Amino acid sequence: MVSAESWLRWIPLLPLLGAVLHVAVGYRVGRRATGVLACSVVGVSFLLALRAFSALVSAPEGAVLADDVYRWIAVAGFNIDVRLVLDSLSVVMCLVITGVGFLIHVYSTGYMAHDDDYARFFAYLNLFTSAMLVLVMADNLVLMFVGWEGVGLCSYLLIGFWYTDTAKASAGKKAFVVNRVGDAAFVLGTFLLFWALAPGASELGASDLGASSLRFADINAAAPGLSPGLVTAAALLLFVGATGKSAQIPLFVWLPDAMAGPTPVSALIHAATMVTAGVYMVARLNGLFEAAPAAMTVIAWVGAITALMAATVGVVQNDIKKVLAYSTVSQLGYMFMALGVGAFGAAVFHVMTHAFFKGLLFLGAGSVIHALHEEQDIREMGGLRAKTPVTWATFAVATLAIAGVPGLAGFFSKDAILAATFAGGHYGLWLIGLAGAALTAFYMTRLLRLVFFDSFRGDRERGEQAHESPRSMTIPLIVLAVLSVAGGYLGVPHALGGHDALGSFLAPSVSSAAHAGHALQLSMAVEWLLMLVSTTVVLGSMGFAWKLYAAGPDADVVVRGALGRAWQWMASAWRVDEAYERLLVRPIGRGAGFLWKSVDLGLIDRFADGVAMTAGVLAETWRRWNSGSVQHYALSLLAGALALVAAVLLGGGG
Amino acid sequence: MNPLPLNLLPPGADYAAVMPLLWAFAAAVLVLIAEMFWPYRSRRGVGWLTIAALLAIAVLGRAPSEAVYFGPIALDGFSGWCNGLLCLVAALSVLMSLDTLEVNGVTRGEYYPLLLFAVAGGMVMAAATDLVVMFLGLETMSMAVYVLAGMGKARRRSNEASLKYFLLGAFASAFMLYGIALLYSQAGSTDLAAMAGLAGEGGTSAVTRLGAALLLVGFGFKIAAVPFHLWAPDVYEGAPSPVTAFMATVVKAAAFAALLRSVLLAMPWVAGELQTPLWVAAAATMTVGNLAALRQRSLKRMLAFSSVAHTGYLAMAVVAGTSEAAAALLFYLAAYAAMNLGAFAVMMLLADRGRPAENISDLAGLGRARPLAALAMTVCMLSLTGIPPLGGFVAKVSLFGAVLDAGFYTLVVVAVLNSVLSAAYYLGVIRAMYFDDADSVAAGGASAASRVLPSRPALTVSILLAALAVVLIGLSPSPLLGSSLRALASVAGF
Repeated sequence: MVSAESWLRWIPLLPLLGAVLHVAVGYRVGRRATGVLACSVVGVSFLLALRAFSALVSAPEGAVLADDVYRWIAVAGFNIDVRLVLDSLSVVMCLVITGVGFLIHVYSTGYMAHDDDYARFFAYLNLFTSAMLVLVMADNLVLMFVGWEGVGLCSYLLIGFWYTDTAKASAGKKAFVVNRVGDAAFVLGTFLLFWALAPGASELGASDLGASSLRFADINAAAPGLSPGLVTAAALLLFVGATGKSAQIPLFVWLPDAMAGPTPVSALIHAATMVTAGVYMVARLNGLFEAAPAAMTVIAWVGAITALMAATVGVVQNDIKKVLAYSTVSQLGYMFMALGVGAFGAAVFHVMTHAFFKGLLFLGAGSVIHALHEEQDIREMGGLRAKTPVTWATFAVATLAIAGVPGLAGFFSKDAILAATFAGGHYGLWLIGLAGAALTAFYMTRLLRLVFFDSFRGDRERGEQAHESPRSMTIPLIVLAVLSVAGGYLGVPHALGGHDALGSFLAPSVSSAAHAGHALQLSMAVEWLLMLVSTTVVLGSMGFAWKLYAAGPDADVVVRGALGRAWQWMASAWRVDEAYERLLVRPIGRGAGFLWKSVDLGLIDRFADGVAMTAGVLAETWRRWNSGSVQHYALSLLAGALALVAAVLLGGGG
Repeated sequence: MNPLPLNLLPPGADYAAVMPLLWAFAAAVLVLIAEMFWPYRSRRGVGWLTIAALLAIAVLGRAPSEAVYFGPIALDGFSGWCNGLLCLVAALSVLMSLDTLEVNGVTRGEYYPLLLFAVAGGMVMAAATDLVVMFLGLETMSMAVYVLAGMGKARRRSNEASLKYFLLGAFASAFMLYGIALLYSQAGSTDLAAMAGLAGEGGTSAVTRLGAALLLVGFGFKIAAVPFHLWAPDVYEGAPSPVTAFMATVVKAAAFAALLRSVLLAMPWVAGELQTPLWVAAAATMTVGNLAALRQRSLKRMLAFSSVAHTGYLAMAVVAGTSEAAAALLFYLAAYAAMNLGAFAVMMLLADRGRPAENISDLAGLGRARPLAALAMTVCMLSLTGIPPLGGFVAKVSLFGAVLDAGFYTLVVVAVLNSVLSAAYYLGVIRAMYFDDADSVAAGGASAASRVLPSRPALTVSILLAALAVVLIGLSPSPLLGSSLRALASVAGF
């Protein structure tokens, strides 16, 4: 059922080619050519992904498209191929990356129109798209890691895109460093699996496959046969990697700071695609994670707590992008909760709908920021409905979608997660999820009202100059708004008379053999009841926030009063950053300071300088040897010959 | 079989064995005649003809599956491999000289035929199974190169280089010839097959060792090993840049090929009997070369000393004396030729009529002015330092590894420390290109890179080819490594 399709490689190659061209000629051709090139390579990749998608839809269930590009590593029976694979799971990711990616590229041509470093921006953005596609199309952990690191690099480069601003440059650095922690765990997990699957490892409690491989299919197939401790350790290590890339507790701290990057970057990388890489990885390795129930429990709880914690922080933020950033952390938490209870399909569904509406929210936020000349504080906004009608309308759609209002995309995917959690008997998780949903509805309504309704509160001149963004920016908004509504209908549950088309399309890729039996079994009545409860909670919460924030930002005082001491914690993001600063950053800084001043400067540098000085003196001597006089040279030749002869004759016959 | 009335041929002589050499000499004569009649204005046509001839010889000079002999000339895997290397490297060096001959003061057309004669001589050196024939090849090559070094007729330094090289070369040849005579006195033949037998029950005789030592003095001069290296910086600097590039790659490769066949393989006892002097010479060569390169402001002179340093690394293979080390030596020669030619080519890019740009400071600002050339130069410098994943890295790893396997731990430590030292001046070039301002005081007001450089398409192409070869050899070394192993395996008796 694997069909070889050698054109698959062009999906990641085209954006890479775009990036290379931007670097090579970007500074010579004009902005227009750069923009067209950047968008068209991603657009063509999208068309290729569509072609793959249609091939998979018409193919029998469980079909896989594969492209063996070349054998990368071949050592004693251990092979790593550069092999790209599209099955139902990765093709959905590909469509999201290239589709939403294309829209964001188009949007960026407008958003970045006045930036001096236009070509560099699109070089990074294209490079990111390429790396992300490698990540999802890889058929083994090692190749996935290439993409994983590639997107991390681009994320770093783009967060610090305006590198002359020290704060922005350090935000990029922070993202990079925090991600290193996760990546180290990812690598350790990979090594552990390599060791476990290596030939001859069976006496150590691992299975013997005869030949080692780190292909996902092999890992998933072999996982049930490995010792439970080993599988759990590997699964947890990989999950720590996921918490880094997907901003979960305890490694989420970089994402809010990552908002320092240009807003399209926040939309593409830090909302729609890269941050879902961890979710994708767990779904890809569903067989491994299913074989580690303890790890699954950890994932579910980490996800749920992250979802709730980040939502509480979202309530008290005043920077429009920070609200959305914590909202992203929270929504990613939902996805991990779904993974943890085994609802891989629901998690991927939410990845997709989240890409639509969160991408849209960020782009809308960008449009607002653009209109107000870099103003990001929502207390300085208000009443933008009239000035920016398209932004307003699309932002409102996205708000309703993320809040979970029935009929929009977020409702279906969030409901699928909550239903799966309930069906699995995880009532505690379900309750947390519900609370998170209420908070989401609350902070999103607050955001919508403070930005677009009532009257403008900021600097009057700014308010008068506010204008709708150019069409290159509004058209992507409209397309994403349509998707934020329509996207949900790919997964209408059976209880509502739907067929869950996406769920059954994904099923062959995300349900391992062990899992096939226990699909969720909720009676129609219970499912209806759950929907009713969540809808009531969401609508109630929205109504409450709407009324409360009629008073404008001053209503924050009410919230603050009601929350008491908890407000302090929420405002400081539960003091996680502070804890890192105290427990890790400062002690390490002190240690590094010692090594630098005492060891490096005092010891190593002195030694090295001494060596360099000696070398310099000797160099001068040898240089003089080359006097330029031919007699002198002949003499040296003769002396050398005599020395050699003497050595030979005096050395004696051996 | 034999069309000649006189039977001058040794029994079993096969014309196929000498055909590549005959083609090479015929090409040289042909180009010489063509050059005389070629219109002066379009003389670069002669250059293209030379390149075509070299590529054809590279193809014609391939070894048949079964080695063939014509008396003291062998066409086996080894000479076939060397023919390919010498011709391809020479072709690349001709390509880079097409645009730059006049700028470098070479106005005479004999450049191309002389270069072909030198290549033909080098091919004889690699194919010879007799010391006298090897010596003939060496002299053929040397004579041509003596003249080539002086091709910048109107320049004093070029003349000086030519004369110096000639005088000292003659001196060194005398040593070599004397060594061959002494070996003949012991073996009763100059045939290489007889040399292995010189090591009897109780080792070798003093005269044998003396002969080998004097032979090595001659080789030491040609490969520029300490203390016979003093000519190299002056000659490299004085000779026109295209000739220098040719000397540092083709001439050096030919000398090492001959050294490999006639000493390393034919006299396996040399590595044992002369171990200490060889060891000291290798260590001294790399150390002196690197230390002297450290303080050079002239890029050309720096590359000359760098070439001495690399001779030191290569000489380790002779110390080790194993076939793995010999294979690594062949591989190293190929990788070294690519990265060195690339470096010389970038230097030539900067030269302008009457304004040679041969200082490191002339590179200042090249990163902005010619990003592609600067990138190629960076690749070559990193490869010369031995940074993965480039060709120079694989070459060093395989050579150092082979020497390590032979048990010479201290020598490898010396070589690794030397590599660290070399990074200082190779990276200095990169710093100059990217971090030094083209108009800064350090660059002497205005570096060559800040000038509007004339367009030199052939040179640009050769820069890219060299850099590409460096990268490819590094990324996929197996074909070249495999072929050098096969080349060695084909030498009779090994």
